[in-house]
Amino acid sequence: MSYISNADLGGSNESRAITPEPENEVFHEAWEPRVLGLVLATNAVGLWNIDMNRAARETLPNYRDLSYYEIWLAALEKNLHVRGVLNEDAPPPPRVLQASAVAAALASGSPCSREPTATARFALGQSVRTHAGQPNHHTRLPAYARGKVGVIERIHGVFVFADTNAQGLGESPQWLYTVAFDESELWGEAAQGSVVSIDAWEPYLVAA
Amino acid sequence: MSDTKPPGHSHTKTVNPLEQRVRDLEALLTRKGYIDPAALDVLIDTYESKVGPRNGAIVIARAWSDAEFRRRLTRDATAAIASLGFTGRQGEHMVAVENTTDLHNMVVCTLCSCYPWAVLGLPPTWYKSAPYRSRAVKDPRGVLHDFGVHLPQSTRIRVWDSTAEVRYLVIPRRPANSEHLNDTELAALVTRDSMIGVGLPRPVPP
Repeated sequence: MSYISNADLGGSNESRAITPEPENEVFHEAWEPRVLGLVLATNAVGLWNIDMNRAARETLPNYRDLSYYEIWLAALEKNLHVRGVLNEDAPPPPRVLQASAVAAALASGSPCSREPTATARFALGQSVRTHAGQPNHHTRLPAYARGKVGVIERIHGVFVFADTNAQGLGESPQWLYTVAFDESELWGEAAQGSVVSIDAWEPYLVAA
Repeated sequence: MSDTKPPGHSHTKTVNPLEQRVRDLEALLTRKGYIDPAALDVLIDTYESKVGPRNGAIVIARAWSDAEFRRRLTRDATAAIASLGFTGRQGEHMVAVENTTDLHNMVVCTLCSCYPWAVLGLPPTWYKSAPYRSRAVKDPRGVLHDFGVHLPQSTRIRVWDSTAEVRYLVIPRRPANSEHLNDTELAALVTRDSMIGVGLPRPVPP
């Protein structure tokens, strides 16, 4: 079965206007903050990583019909179901986030930069072409930026590779770059006077 | 007191099905020992009342008033922001990008909802919605119009799609005639939307 992400929205056919929102409107339904708390607390249990979580969300068949906290809830239920947590004989949790540990856990975060073990293949200012294909797994190369030529604008260091991490194949850290594309390369016209960049891991790129 | 409800009417308040689903899941995970419900309360309180866009506003105000801090912020945003006490989840790898007279920066996550929580808190609904995520990369000027921002055609627009774990913070241009303001007053001019790049800071009050 081929992998389909329903979350890759950049440049898709969409004409609806955007509705701005005041700064203090954090939640809109009483259940939303509980979902936020449930998701953050269960992430800390350690049964899945951030990339597996994104994969679980983007493959929800009804992704585009759900509000964002509904997406979080449905993906959490899916993650728990797949790992047998909802069964009578659920495995014990590897870790539990206690209230007293929340502040420290949030303050330290989860950095995903790693020490380089090889030199970066690409240099600032170099032209690169992104891969064109649709991989059969979670990826962070958006469809609108596939098979396009851009320029290396920043070199961020070495980071956990989302594609392998999402599949449970390990962190396989890779160099991460900001690649900037002229709008005409992406959309075939230069109507906006804009440049768009993505952050791309080295395996997404070849020299152009 | 007489009960005016018709016979058979339930006395329990009708619960929204989503609300019930979330309650049931929380109860189940609590029973199985996977969560500490008190931890959920702390997590929620953190993002309702502690970590939000006022953090980012403090960073921007400092960048406006302190040229040396601004240099550090544009060179190593994670360290500069941490020096003001803002660290942690979804702020581990920060980059700050500066608006100028001829360049306007705007941040999006077309693939999900990546957002610099440590300085801006939780993302607004529109940031996570299909219209913003689809249009920001292709029609950034149209998106800016939706927010009431009309930039001259000569201003180049730079859109940052946060497709990895780097989180972007826009440094808006300092408002005119703000030289006499202190950092607290400057921070009050910094809006959340201006730090995402879909708005401009408030003008100096007359």
